[in-house]
Amino acid sequence: MKLRIKFAKSGCMKLIGHLDIMRYFQKAIRRAGIDIAYSEGFSPHQIMSFAAPLGVGLESQGEYLDIQVHSASSSRQMAAELNRVMTEGIEVRSVRRLPEDGRNAMSIVAAADYFLRFENGCPPEFDAFMAQENISVLKKTKKNEVLLDIRPLIYDFRREETGIFLKLAAGSVNNLKPELVMEAFFSWLGEAWDPFCCQICRLELYAWAGGGKPEGDAAPEQKPVSADSFISLEELGESIDDAE
Amino acid sequence: MRKLALSDRILMSVDKPARYIGNEWNSVMKEKSDVKIRFALCFPDVYEIGMSHLGIQILYNMYNQRPDIWCERVYSPWTDLDQIMRERNIPLFAVESQDPVKEFDFLGITIQYEMCYTNILQILDLSQIPLHACDRAEDDPIVIGGGPCTYNPEPLADFFDLFYIGEGEVANLALTDLYLECKEQNTGRQEFLRRAAKLPGIYVPSLYRVSYHEDGTISAFTPLCGEAPEQVRKVIETELDDAYYPDNPVVPFIKVTQDRLVLEIQRGCIRGCRFCQAGMVYRPVRERSLSWLKEKASKMLKSTGHEEISLSSLSSSDFSQLEELIRFLIEEIGEKKINISLPSLRIDAFSLDVMRRIQDVKKSSLTFAPEAGTQRLRDVINKGLTQEDILTGAAAAFEGGWNKVKLYFMLGLPSETEEDMEGIAALSNEVARVYYDTVPKEKRNGRVQVTASSSFFIPKPFTPFQWASMLEAEEYLERARVVNHAMKEQLNRKSLNYQWHSPETTIIEGVLARGDRRVGAVIEAAYRNGCIYDAWTESFHYDKWMEAFAAVGLDYHFYTSRTRSLDEIFPWDFIDTGVTREFLKREWKRAQEGRVTPNCRSGCAGCGAKTFGGGVCYETEN
Repeated sequence: MKLRIKFAKSGCMKLIGHLDIMRYFQKAIRRAGIDIAYSEGFSPHQIMSFAAPLGVGLESQGEYLDIQVHSASSSRQMAAELNRVMTEGIEVRSVRRLPEDGRNAMSIVAAADYFLRFENGCPPEFDAFMAQENISVLKKTKKNEVLLDIRPLIYDFRREETGIFLKLAAGSVNNLKPELVMEAFFSWLGEAWDPFCCQICRLELYAWAGGGKPEGDAAPEQKPVSADSFISLEELGESIDDAE
Repeated sequence: MRKLALSDRILMSVDKPARYIGNEWNSVMKEKSDVKIRFALCFPDVYEIGMSHLGIQILYNMYNQRPDIWCERVYSPWTDLDQIMRERNIPLFAVESQDPVKEFDFLGITIQYEMCYTNILQILDLSQIPLHACDRAEDDPIVIGGGPCTYNPEPLADFFDLFYIGEGEVANLALTDLYLECKEQNTGRQEFLRRAAKLPGIYVPSLYRVSYHEDGTISAFTPLCGEAPEQVRKVIETELDDAYYPDNPVVPFIKVTQDRLVLEIQRGCIRGCRFCQAGMVYRPVRERSLSWLKEKASKMLKSTGHEEISLSSLSSSDFSQLEELIRFLIEEIGEKKINISLPSLRIDAFSLDVMRRIQDVKKSSLTFAPEAGTQRLRDVINKGLTQEDILTGAAAAFEGGWNKVKLYFMLGLPSETEEDMEGIAALSNEVARVYYDTVPKEKRNGRVQVTASSSFFIPKPFTPFQWASMLEAEEYLERARVVNHAMKEQLNRKSLNYQWHSPETTIIEGVLARGDRRVGAVIEAAYRNGCIYDAWTESFHYDKWMEAFAAVGLDYHFYTSRTRSLDEIFPWDFIDTGVTREFLKREWKRAQEGRVTPNCRSGCAGCGAKTFGGGVCYETEN
């Protein structure tokens, strides 16, 4: 049986990198007594995969890992067992069962919501910045630098009093980091981007609604995107009731 | 939520910020207002090393059992953060509360190896605590040193208010209780130290005066007040099952050096190798019971979630219940997908069978520690291992599929000759030869790999070799060259690989190991010259140490290559480890005669440790 665990990461835990969070969950799952499945061999490891690595320094309300288990109690009980063995700053939000044919979180991530909380309020020019048809940034690849238009990868945005909400392309095909958006914005403003002027928090991770991503001509950047283009990774699983 | 001592900007700019934030699973948080004593427990090296240390885990949990004490951890900031803290005058903090160390009642520092001495000064300096105990004010923490290097604490005497000699579980709580009493009576720091000097195992260096002969050796070591005993006797637990041991060690976020659960199966060693300080000062050997070990292993695995467990002892093969313990680990613990690691096992049919079951033969290597290249020299150092043991063990291992062997040696041992040096190469060659003799061509998995490495022998206090002389750095290097040259002459040279340690680190470690109080000034000068993390090759600067000796006006040869007379008063002689000086002398003499001494279980050599009333000395009586 496959389970999807959703968790939040805040406070000093934002300084723990992706690989160490994986190690942390491996130990926490043992402490919680979750009946996880192991691979074969001399050093068996837990069958576990994370949806999308979160950069060091970022907080999150919507991180996901999928695990394979032999047996499970109810969603409520497993979340409680896990939360009993969490350190401050990591909170398990839900544990849900995936359908048998459910795909790994990692392979279906398509978008992510972020909120960028500014210490001294958000620069009002952001709306004008977003009104541009093209936002070209230099993206470094392994071999060289390419000019990339990131505007189509910004699916949604909203300027609020304390900061900026962004819905960005995520996953293995098109991945746009919120830091890159800010870098472009501040460069457009003619200022240097100080990564510490705001705290970035990932709010949620999504897959394309209706299964699978659009292909060929309907590649994501061409397709008009609306609120119901996506479904959160959590919603792809179902809650296991106490009675079950 | 806690406020961190360092800003995000600083934390994100240094390597591995997780070193500094605490919050690990099983770390202990308390309310400042609920406790009477705040204890900062420090391992003066980087977090990954310090978090791997069992002793800290024991003491941390022991103190925190007490509702009126909050014990927190402190590690050396890595060089990147060290620089930032100096530039911005940020005081060193404990990882749990993130409060400055200088606000604590105690700063307890474990002193595990000589090459961390400058890091101790770094800790004091960054904590903004005066380096010299005599300069500390009433509200500065009491600075305590413990651990193996306190068997000669003299080079550090100026920097510590007191040293704790022996096993930490025994009397540390008596010390904190005395502190509370003195605090209530408002006696002040000096009176506390005087009273502390009366506790077993406590050494207060400021209460003693050292006088010297004209030749620089010690003429007298004199207590300055009635409270200070002439001899400070180490304290030990006689029944290990009754000693405090944590159920819930702290689990680090980042990968540390010992990234596993550690189960201490016994203390001490029956072998009596003459170079080995641990083998002498931790006498007598005491074992934990099987039922205790089984219960602890299960509890700790549950509370930590660790995926690997390791046995800890100086010589696991000598543990009398090893087979049953290993059966339990493999059959009951191994079932739960827990990896088992068994260091310091003698290679024989039993251990090979065990290793085959718990590790991937293709990936693992076998380790032997012959320590010396010839039987003559192995007899001198009382290393029981014979060439036949090694070759038989190797043959069995090769038949079992292993083809990587590591051999550990020491160079510069007393009475070493060129034959002994070349013996290292010859023995390595023999091991390789056994592979080609044992494993038929079609079954070979490539060439056998024999890696020999040598460190340079450093005489340590309270060993039979405490009287031995060291060599010059150039001479050490020359001996390594002799070995290296001999390696290249061997028939199986293509299967052999030889590595040796830095002779310069050896010289400094040698000075610190057998130094007296005057060496403190050198450590301080070296630290002022910028030395920290001397145990790390990349940050060890021999030239800065040499400048420090010159600046202080001390000749290091006095501590290294000088010949010591049998009746010389050593800086550490005021400590009573139970093992008598008479025994050490006897062993030094037997070494010179090339005579071996049987191990504790084969026959008591009358070392003196029986005086503690427990352990192996009484095994046959029960």
